[in-house]
Parts: sequence; structure tokens; C-alpha cells
Amino acid sequence: MKMTKRTLLGMAGAALMAVAPMQAAAQDWQPRKPIDFVIMAGAGGGADQIARFIQAVAEQEDLTTRPLVPNNKGGGSGAEALIHVSTASDPDHTILVTLNSFFTTPLRQENLGIDIQTFTPVAMMGVDPFVLWVHKDSGITTFDEYVAKVKEMDGEFVMGGTGAGQEDSIVIAYMSGAYDLDIKYIPYDGGGAVAKDLAGQQIMATVNNPAEAKGFYEAGDFVPLLAFSDERMPAYPDVPTIKEMGHDFSYYNQRAIVGAPGMSDEAAAYYQDLFTQIYESEQWQGYLTSESLSPLWMDAGEQRDYWALQVENHQSLLAALGE
Amino acid sequence: MDVLLLLGDGMLLSLQPLNLMMILIGVTLGLFIGAMPGLGSVNGVAILLPVTFLVPPGSAIIFLAAIYYGAMYGGAVSSITLGIPGASTAVATTFDGRPLAKQGRASLALVTAALASFIGGTVANVLFTLFAPLLASVALSFGPPEVFALMLLAFATFVGLGGDDIPKTIFSICFGLVLGAVGFDQISGAPRLVLFDYNGFLQGIGFLVLAIGVYGIGEMLWTIDQTRGDVTATTPKMTVKGMASDTKEAAKRGWKGTMIGSFLGFFVGVLPAAGATPGSLMSYGVAKMVSRNPDEFGKGSPDGVAAPEAANNSASTGSMLPMLTLGIPGSPTTAILLGGMVIWGLVPGPRLFVDEQEFVWGLIGSFYISNVAALLINLAFIPVFIWMLRMPFTILAPMIFVLSITGGYAATRDMFDIWLIVGFGIGAFFMRKFDYPLAPAVLAIVLGPIAEPTLRQSLLLSSGDPSIFFTRPVAGPITVIALILIFMPLVKVIRRQMGKRKKPAS
Repeated sequence: MKMTKRTLLGMAGAALMAVAPMQAAAQDWQPRKPIDFVIMAGAGGGADQIARFIQAVAEQEDLTTRPLVPNNKGGGSGAEALIHVSTASDPDHTILVTLNSFFTTPLRQENLGIDIQTFTPVAMMGVDPFVLWVHKDSGITTFDEYVAKVKEMDGEFVMGGTGAGQEDSIVIAYMSGAYDLDIKYIPYDGGGAVAKDLAGQQIMATVNNPAEAKGFYEAGDFVPLLAFSDERMPAYPDVPTIKEMGHDFSYYNQRAIVGAPGMSDEAAAYYQDLFTQIYESEQWQGYLTSESLSPLWMDAGEQRDYWALQVENHQSLLAALGE
Repeated sequence: MDVLLLLGDGMLLSLQPLNLMMILIGVTLGLFIGAMPGLGSVNGVAILLPVTFLVPPGSAIIFLAAIYYGAMYGGAVSSITLGIPGASTAVATTFDGRPLAKQGRASLALVTAALASFIGGTVANVLFTLFAPLLASVALSFGPPEVFALMLLAFATFVGLGGDDIPKTIFSICFGLVLGAVGFDQISGAPRLVLFDYNGFLQGIGFLVLAIGVYGIGEMLWTIDQTRGDVTATTPKMTVKGMASDTKEAAKRGWKGTMIGSFLGFFVGVLPAAGATPGSLMSYGVAKMVSRNPDEFGKGSPDGVAAPEAANNSASTGSMLPMLTLGIPGSPTTAILLGGMVIWGLVPGPRLFVDEQEFVWGLIGSFYISNVAALLINLAFIPVFIWMLRMPFTILAPMIFVLSITGGYAATRDMFDIWLIVGFGIGAFFMRKFDYPLAPAVLAIVLGPIAEPTLRQSLLLSSGDPSIFFTRPVAGPITVIALILIFMPLVKVIRRQMGKRKKPAS
């Protein structure tokens, strides 16, 4: 089941606007109808949390004249969302919340015919690092102990993560290669389900984003062992990075907003301005800190270069995975 | 007792004027959102989430929970009166609710649904209050093998029923399973069964699309075919006295289904990823299985209305549990609630019960109050719903058609789904002509997408060894019971055949 009925929301939005003062018309272009705010993942996961947070900020601060209507299309590692957005009948009112499957899914499924460079850059809201977690009852407290344990279990050490060829499997594949680990990998449909099964010790370790594991970490159930960020994270100062261990590797999930292919320059400028305001808001900056996201602000041109670089990186990562 | 003190405080909190108003508005809105075909609690909560920034977080979540509750009550209304499932959670209610309405007993069905919903909700609230932390750990002990075993049990309850044509039931289940497999494969991410390379199939076939097609359009065609358009409209009467006797009858003939739905629904709701829809379908199957006259099911059994209705209310409370205690939503609706909580600055998860006691108990207290409010409001509206049934079929049929189409479109906003609905409606009509049961197909398209990945995850865990379903302490007994249920009818058939052979010999 998918979200929301557009007309009703439109009415709700109109009702809200009736009481709110009209925003000063700073731009030439304004949305004329509710904005299709497509999310490349199912409800409840990291990308969905972020999308709903952004929607809330826009609503609270009264930043848009028409509401952002979240629309979860998580099927096929985001392929469903990419097709929906690239065939949108009204590209000026269609934007997409992306994660790294924006790069990997078109690479893995060339038959979709998606060229991400045709999409319109809007804003890079931040990047989400990955951390290696184990359950506290495992007795493992350091990465060295983890490596020893995995080797001792000789192929029976079970890790969970998102679907094959997606972010988690890439991180785990890199780590396995670097330390010569033989890990049994169980794919799940989202980060939330992965964290839950680590909490229930159905699986032995995960590479969840901090936002997904935070609750269990604070309750003392999860132990972070290794970060895949460039530098140590302020919230986890005692957790070493894989870079410190001598491997030149870091991996982040991008939390970026892109526009549909064929979006007009005026509309693109409007959304770029809108998301700059959201990015600079107190709420979003607070979210970045509390959920351990790293800021990585870029302008439109830089985003295109970043996409090209990421596609290249993922090509070699997927090739190493044997995809 | 600490818990009772906290609960008392919570109830007082939810009786504050603002919160009470939120409950009353929420329940009423929910009732109507649930009653609209295609719009369910998910849509209601998603649409109204932004409105809640106007009130403090405690009141906001009480409002949304009240909508969730109200929608569970409301879903039954169109299932019974029109035969179109008001929401995915109320599909099982059509199985018996619709036949009852056709017999002129719509008021009995509606009263049964309301009472069962109330009891289901109350049982769930009590279980929630007393055992929340314990149940959270039960939810965690359910890994992929346990979930698969449970799904197997659900299928078994549908196959292992006496009376039905078993090969046709199995065909119907397989048909549903194949439809459920269309779209992207979760494990490998590759597209499957994209018929005619049509992009619309990439996103899979929505369960509600099938249900609306089968029960909305299919039912309408069936009625037209059976009566040749000459439908003598039932003229149900609605009096206070009639309602009182309906209440008595509902209590007498629906208590068993209510009890099954209340407990089973809650338990299934607590398991993350399941939610109220599987809970209500499973409860229907179990109620039919343990019933003394299972043949009555599908033809207008109050138990058949009570079980899914008690279950969907019970499961909706149940699915709050993993959301609040683990930060993991147990249903699509709670996923949206979870998003709301993050926005309000609350961190759902293991710390919530400690750090935000007032919020948590205020919410739990509001469940009790919402439940009472929903029952009263629902009962008050029953005469209005009944009035709809007095319309002649020539007016009702186009209305059902329009509601089916708009309801199907509302869920995904995709024209492709409309064509699927029409296709399924026509297909269902013919399946019914040839006496194929349709409920198993509906069950399969809901449970298949849960069963399949958990089966594959389990086999990955065990390196392909199926004994994993028998050796684990929780999964083992469930699997064994499921297998017994599946093979029981087969044994019966063989025995009957043997008996027949013996007779001429003697």
C-alpha cells in the first residue's frame, strides 16, 4: 500500500495556507500544485525518516506554497522510483529523495534505461556514514576480536544487511576482502528490519547507519566496533575508522534531493533555493548532529561531478562484488 | 501497582479537554476514512500528519492513534454494506459480512463488527499495559524461520478446512502466490514476472487492487448475473429494540471469533513487518477451523465477521508495541507514526519508556478512551450505514463501481491499477462461476510476500538445510502443527477411499 491521496492533501494544504500569511514572492516560479515527493525506499527506513523530517520542516516553517506529498516507491532497490520520476508527466512538480541506489540500481539493471545525468541536481542534504555493530551479548568489544571471531567460525558468522548489491553488501564485501573474512550474508528489505534482527540476535553483526542503530546503542544493546567514515565521528569518539587501520576506504549513503529529468531551469532554481533554506534551518542542522550525518554541501555543478565520480566508484565496487 | 498508577495518570492526561477533543475528532475522521474504499488508516494518518504540528506532540500522536483506531472500526462498514473492502485490514470482513447484509442482517453484522472491534481493542490494551517489555522480547525472538513457520500455519488454516474443495483451494493459493511474486525480488533486487515487459508490473500487484477487483467489481458482476438486474432490495429495519436483540445475537454467535481475533490479532500485530491485515486473515482462518459449523463460514457467520474485526483492532494496538519499544514499525501505518515521532523530537526505541514516561502512558491511556469513543460513535452511525443499503441496486451498482475505481486509484495514483482492478473483477467473476474459492488467493497475495523472503533468508542461514524449521525452539512446534493441518484433509480423503473400497468387499 502506498501513501496519501493527492487531492485530500491538497485540500489540507489549502486549509493550512488559508490561515498562514502568504509568503513574499521572492522567486519567479512557484509550484502550482502539490509536489510529488518521491522516496526511493519503503516507509520507516532511513531515507523515509529523512524525507518526512524534511516535509515537516517545510510545513512548520511554511516554506512552500504547495505541500510536499511523500510518495514511497521502494520496489527493486529504488528502480520503481527511478522509473516513476523519469517518466513523470509533470517534471516541474516531481522531486526524488535519493540514497546510493541512485547510482547502483541503474548500473545493475541497465535494461531500465535510466541515465542519472538526465536528472536535475537540487541539493545534497548530507551523507550518512556506516558503522559495524555487534550485540553486547556476543562479548565482542573490539574490531580485532570481531575479526578473530569471524575467522574462528569459518563461514558460519552471519551478518544481515539490505538487498544484494546495495549499500550494506558493498561495505561488508569490502571489509571481507580487506580482512579475508568469510561471512554469511542475509539480505533484508530495509535497515530497520536489519537492526531489529541484530537486537534479537538472529544475526551476529550489521553495518547499520548510526540513525538506525542509535536507539539500541543508547540502551546498551549494540556495540560499535568500526566506522567507515573518513574521520572518527563526534558521537562515537572511541570507535576507530577503517582508514586508521590502514585501508583507504570510506563509504557514505547520500541523502540528496534530485529533480525529475526535463525540469525547467526556473523550477530547478526554486527547489534549489527551497532546500538551501531547509538545509540551513536549525531543525535540519540539529538532525545532522543528532543522527551523526556529515554535511557535504554542494552546488548543482558539483553535484553532477559527484554523481559521475560515484558512478565510477560503484562500478568498481560492484565489479569487485562480482555483480 | 506502578503500572496501574501510570496508566491512571495516562488516562487522566488523555481526558484533558484538548486531548479528548483530539480523540473524538480523530475517531470520527478515522471511521469515515476507513469506511471509504481504498482509503485506510495509512492514508488517513499520512494525510493528517502535517496538521498535527499545530498541537503538542502528546496530543498529536493521540490524534493519529485515534484515526488509526477509528479506521479499523470504519473498514468494516463498506465491507459489510457494499461488499467492497473499506481498507486492506477489513478484507476478511467481507467474507461473511457481505452475505449477512444480503440476507437482510446488515445490522447484525455491523453490531457484531463494532462489538468485536471493541473487545479486540480492549484485550489488546490490557495485554499492552501489562506485558509490553516482555512482548517486545518475544517479537525479537521471531527471526526469519519463525516468521516463515507462522506464515505456513496461516496457509494451513486455509487449506486444512473441511468442506471446501481442496485442489481448488490450493489452486487459488498458488494463483495468489504468483501474483504476489510479480515485481522486484527483495533478495536479489532483480525484476520478476514483468508481464509483457510492462513497466506497471515492476511495482508489483497491490493487495488492495486485487481485493477491490475481486470483491468490488467481481461481486457486482456476480449479483447482476445471478439476478439479471432484478434485485429486490433488502429493507433492513433499524430500531433500538432490533439493535438490542442484534447485540444479544452477536454476543452469542460471535464470541468465539472475537476471542480468537483478539489474542491472535494482537500477537501477529506485535511481530514487526506483519501488521493488521495478515492478523485479520489468519484469525478468520483459525475461527473457521475451530468452529463447530465451518460450513456456515462464507455464507454469513457472525463468527466470521467477529474474528477479523477483533483482530484488526487488536493488531493495530499490537503493532504500536514494536514501534514504541524497539523503534521498528509493525505496520505501514505505524511506520508513518514513527516518522511523526522523529519529527516531534521523540526517539522511539528501548529508551522511550524510561525517558518519556508521560508521553508513553498518555498514549496508552488514550487507547482505552479512543476505544470507548469509537464504539459509541460507530454504534450511533449504524442506522446511517443501514440506510445506504435501502437504495435500489440500480443506484447501488454504479456507486460500487465508482467507489471501486476511485478507491483503487487513491491508493497508488496509478491508472495501471485501475485496469488491473477491472481485469481482476472479471477474472474473479469467472473463478466464482467455476466454484473456485477466492479468499485463499487474497490471503496468498498478502502472506506470500512475507513468506517468500523469510523462507529464503532462513535457508541462507542454514546453508540450504530445511531442518532449521524443525530444530529451533519456537519455529519447530509451529511448523509441525502447520504440516499436520495441511495433511489432515489428505489423510481423511485416503481413509474415506479405503472405507469405500472395503464396503463392496464385505
